[in-house]
Amino acid sequence: MAYFCNAYPVLERTEIAEGIFSYVISCPEAAAASKAGQFVHIRAEGYTLRRPISICGIDREKGTLRIVFEVRGGGTDTLSRLKPGDKMDMIAPLGNGFTVKEIPEEKNVVAVGGGIGVPPMLGISAEYKNVKAIIGFRSGDKVILEEDLKRLCAEVTVCTDDGSYGERGVVTNPLEKELEKGSTAMIYACGPTPMLKAVKAAAEKYNIPCELSLEQRMACGVGACVGCACNIKRGGKDLVLRVCKDGPVFKAEEVVL
Amino acid sequence: MSESVIKCKKDLSVTVAGVKFPNPVIAASGTYGFGQDYTDLYPLNILGGISCKGTTINPKDGNPAPRIAETPAGMLNSVGLQNPGVDVFISEHLPKAKRDGNIIIANIAGATLDDYRAVAEKLEDTDVDMIELNISCPNVKQGGASWGITCDGAATVTKAVRAVTKKPLMVKLTPNVTNITEIAKAAEAEGADCLSLINTLLGMRIDIKTRRPILKNNVGGFSGPAVFPVAVRMVWQVANAVGIDVVGLGGITTAEDAVEMMMAGAKAVQVGTAIFTDPYAPVKIIKGLERYMEENNLNSLEEIVGTVRPW
Repeated sequence: MAYFCNAYPVLERTEIAEGIFSYVISCPEAAAASKAGQFVHIRAEGYTLRRPISICGIDREKGTLRIVFEVRGGGTDTLSRLKPGDKMDMIAPLGNGFTVKEIPEEKNVVAVGGGIGVPPMLGISAEYKNVKAIIGFRSGDKVILEEDLKRLCAEVTVCTDDGSYGERGVVTNPLEKELEKGSTAMIYACGPTPMLKAVKAAAEKYNIPCELSLEQRMACGVGACVGCACNIKRGGKDLVLRVCKDGPVFKAEEVVL
Repeated sequence: MSESVIKCKKDLSVTVAGVKFPNPVIAASGTYGFGQDYTDLYPLNILGGISCKGTTINPKDGNPAPRIAETPAGMLNSVGLQNPGVDVFISEHLPKAKRDGNIIIANIAGATLDDYRAVAEKLEDTDVDMIELNISCPNVKQGGASWGITCDGAATVTKAVRAVTKKPLMVKLTPNVTNITEIAKAAEAEGADCLSLINTLLGMRIDIKTRRPILKNNVGGFSGPAVFPVAVRMVWQVANAVGIDVVGLGGITTAEDAVEMMMAGAKAVQVGTAIFTDPYAPVKIIKGLERYMEENNLNSLEEIVGTVRPW
């Protein structure tokens, strides 16, 4: 699980929705080592702390990683100004990615993403033949990666809180409908905490293995500073683990939200 | 970064409290774990040394998250001394950290005098090179900085640990006091072999949308380039007030910062927050110090220690 730290050239930059940027970075050594669900830790010039961004796509042949992030403040704004040809200073890949399982032909996996939690769902969707993606956003203008997911998934359901695009409401309704069919082998989710709680509850109700990708304010990104703590129940013990090194992906049943 | 790039031609070594460090750049406690998280990037023995994560007698879970907040030119943390306890430190982390002959400093913390004494006793027969007595952690309710904010407290805990250890003893001071030189002298009088300063300044950030502090602990330790001038000032004051060696830390990011800190009176420096911005920061500082020696025809970096010429 080696990681690298280098300034890698940006190949592509696209604003895929207002304030949400997709970057493709040439980093063969890091791409070769990356797994879906891992993250990169990017230096923003003029800022003390790096920005952890989940890996959205891995192209090992081309030696590239794709990331998608939203501008939330000065640091991500600075990152979003990098142009093709500029260098992105990244530590990558970091953390534990999603577990990819062998599943029977007739089974599927469900990938649930909320808002800026959708990008890692693209990564895991590339690992399976039969994926049902359920993605939620505040409104239609915030929808991202729908077309990308359609290329990889058997089904893509889009929900918006205000009903301005796709189904009205949260992802839980279509998720429960899908799980009721009884053909789901595994659930993956990334998104805001209320969504993760609902997905965890649904996974427990239908007794389906589930992995959640967590987010936390982070400093080092490599496990040294113990800044990004999360509460995990494992083997009957209450543990305080590191999102960056022990996660960001955890089994849903272990996560205390 | 290949081995040839990081190999130094000059002798950068410095001696602090009788311990010879191959160069004056030490990874600061709490920012570098027990060293193993960075071995993917470079071998640890190119550092001057590593001050390990603050260790207590029993395992400690630390404070609730969020524990990290960014600030202009710095950050706050409220980790709260999360660590696996001294037994796990000795059995699991120390042997790995000591591989390749690295100079290892054990940073010890506690709530009570007995805690401090017990941790120091357990370390006595290990191959830890130095003990750093943390009487300055701002993030724990009991102990921590409460020992370091009075002369009596600093004297009492230094004396208690001095009584049970023959290891070189470095006392780490908090800047959150009215007169740091008095605390420094109290630690020196009770047998400290050297001092390290500064620990973090107490700070706070508020999310104006939620009116909540960003840190779940409300307040936390402020570090990074923003605190560097405060650290230089305090190191200068303390170095002039005591006869023992001083190790300077607080916002050091570049080799020039390290030189400045040494001119203020530090015999060695610790680098912390800069590692989060750039994990190669300590290596770049070492290379920069070597260049500085060449450019200024120095045979030893100790030639510049305390050489500031005040007006």
